[in-house]
Amino acid sequence: MTKQGRERPSAVVRGRMTPYLYLLPALLVYGTFLLFPVVRTAQFSLYDWSGFGPATFVGLDNYAGLVGDRRFADAIGHSLYLIIFYSLIPLAAGLVLAAILRRGQVKGMGFFRVLIFMPQVIALVVVAVAWRQIYTPGGTLNQILGWFGIDSDRGWLGEPDTALSAVGVIGFWVQFGLVMLLLLAGMGRIPNELYEAARLDGANPVAEFFAVTLPAVRGEIATALVLTIIAALKTFDLVYMTTSGGPGSATTVPSYEVYNRAFQLKQVGSASAVAIVLTLIVFTINVFVSRIGEERRALR
Amino acid sequence: MRRRRLIATGIASALALGALAACAPGDSGGAQPTNGPASSGEVTTDIASLGDVELTVWDQEVRGSQNDALESLNKAFQDKYPNVTIKRVKQSNDDLQQQLQLALSGDDVPDVAQVNNARGDMGQYVAAGQLVDLEPYAKAYGWSDRFSDSVLAKVRYSSDGKTFGEGNLYGLPQTGEIVGLFYSKSKLEALGAELPATWTDYFAILDKAKAAGEQPMVLGNIEKWPAFHVFGPLQANYVPADDIVKLGMGNAGADWMAQGNVDAMTQFAKWGTEGYFGSSPNGTDYDPAWAEFGKGTGVFLPAGSWVGADLEAIMGDDLGFMAPPAGLDGQLATTGGTGIPFAIPAKAKNPDVAAAYLDFITTDEAMKIIADNGGFPVNNAAELAPASGVNKEIYEAFDKVSNEGTLLPYLDYATPSFADTAGQGFQEALGGQRSPEEVLQAFQDDYGRFVGE
Repeated sequence: MTKQGRERPSAVVRGRMTPYLYLLPALLVYGTFLLFPVVRTAQFSLYDWSGFGPATFVGLDNYAGLVGDRRFADAIGHSLYLIIFYSLIPLAAGLVLAAILRRGQVKGMGFFRVLIFMPQVIALVVVAVAWRQIYTPGGTLNQILGWFGIDSDRGWLGEPDTALSAVGVIGFWVQFGLVMLLLLAGMGRIPNELYEAARLDGANPVAEFFAVTLPAVRGEIATALVLTIIAALKTFDLVYMTTSGGPGSATTVPSYEVYNRAFQLKQVGSASAVAIVLTLIVFTINVFVSRIGEERRALR
Repeated sequence: MRRRRLIATGIASALALGALAACAPGDSGGAQPTNGPASSGEVTTDIASLGDVELTVWDQEVRGSQNDALESLNKAFQDKYPNVTIKRVKQSNDDLQQQLQLALSGDDVPDVAQVNNARGDMGQYVAAGQLVDLEPYAKAYGWSDRFSDSVLAKVRYSSDGKTFGEGNLYGLPQTGEIVGLFYSKSKLEALGAELPATWTDYFAILDKAKAAGEQPMVLGNIEKWPAFHVFGPLQANYVPADDIVKLGMGNAGADWMAQGNVDAMTQFAKWGTEGYFGSSPNGTDYDPAWAEFGKGTGVFLPAGSWVGADLEAIMGDDLGFMAPPAGLDGQLATTGGTGIPFAIPAKAKNPDVAAAYLDFITTDEAMKIIADNGGFPVNNAAELAPASGVNKEIYEAFDKVSNEGTLLPYLDYATPSFADTAGQGFQEALGGQRSPEEVLQAFQDDYGRFVGE
């Protein structure tokens, strides 16, 4: 009798569907504003449609058209190249600088944190306009090079061999603050005792970094990578505002292709196909990256 | 196991959503548009007899001088016909063109709207039967006497929308535009050069300027479209104007790979790769570029009339403007066009009043009002030109080219994708990334695909 003393949960609560009832409100919002557009985009990608007027069902033709589409392949390549600037360099530089700051216990840390994070807060359109001034033939960059005796009248965004890297540098400047902030927060949580113990064992700063700091911020690294890789792959505003994908097609990226095809060329089907492929790529890469993060955590 | 179950649920809900979204894109189930009064044949120009009418006008003349001109014209129209009330809705051109696209496929349309000439806009609406064919009104009001043929060609389409530049009239423009050569008088003088009478003269002055350490021309082409305004006039030196019109309006019968086009593109690429536009036209912004010209960089600025007023404010009397020298076989031709034309939607409630309005805002008196307000009238530009200054030269050049020569279409009118194709191609030619032939092949592919349809 002792066990039966507790009242049995009602049929509703025990019902198999009950957990889904809790999900429902969130699912409705998520479904309306996220899933539905995605599914609708997937559907558009099966049609030949100019954005208004009648549409023709063409099956997978839009996807078949992307195979061997030089511009699309270029765009994917460019966005992968941008990952170096958006993710890898900020991460490497951020780790080193954050570790140094952590060791130094710098005064006025809050102020610097605001300063470092600033690029993230400024609207990207403003960022792009400012950097365009820096990169013009008579711009700030060439002036600075001039101080060092390098005479340059290069238009950095206008030459195919520098344009993409020039866009990448802007991306680095924007993303660096975010990565830095994440890492600083992560490192701030490491108890000082760990460092003291390491020092007692005779670790130098480099060994300390690899033995204590790095393992402690794995989670932050994974988060930073996921966020910045997504940002790199779906870059649009920077490219749109700086080069419009030019010169030629030297800086075009998948998101710019989506915009261009949908709104300039009025090929909504092809644009949707690009969008779907881009979504899949972002999804795959991030499943991969977060897996690494998870596995490492499991090892701990 | 768990994961697989999650995926299965995901797919199931995706399918469910797909079912929700099952109707094909673009299904409006709407009624087929009719073709306006042209089909019924009768038009009237007697507006006073039509009783009280509210005329809805959607325009994009929001900038100072244009706004003032249209305001006073609207007032004068209402004074002339007290039974008509104009309901004016003004917005930026980008907003207007986007709204129109939606509005025209519905039933609630304005009586008058400014519709962009290009195939992607006006051409598409004509093909869908969404605009009134203005031919009957043109006869009633005598519009073909008022406008030059070269100007009206920019608002003519065949009734199926396939041919651009010929056929029925679908809109009337109020203002003009012309691309030509701005120049610095003092710099020309310093080089000991006269204004070029031929393209050969022009090339010689450019070489002279380069040898003297001046930047011969100014171009900021990071946005891709400014190069159109350099290549367009240059092309007329090598290619018959008729062929350029076919290429530019996307009509069959011309060839981008023709020798003339190869020569033009080769010359254009040479200018880019040999520094005639400075070190990096593709890395320079359009607006700062012409502002730099105003401050003393470069001898010539190939550009549209719209930068004239601002440049004059910087350069004063030193600024000059000329139509490009006569091209092949002495033909007078350069890129130019009209402001956004006013059109009448097929479902407009008061097409007769709308047509009277179109007539009213393009009369000789209206042109004078536009000029008095500082605008660029599409008709009688030479008479209405100010007594001096760069606008005098611009208006006279436009008047001469539109009446005696050919106003060449903007090349991006050609096909829905040509702005993209050519924008990319011009940059690649300027930067020497691709040969003139390769670039032209891309142009021909785009054009050929379109006219082949």
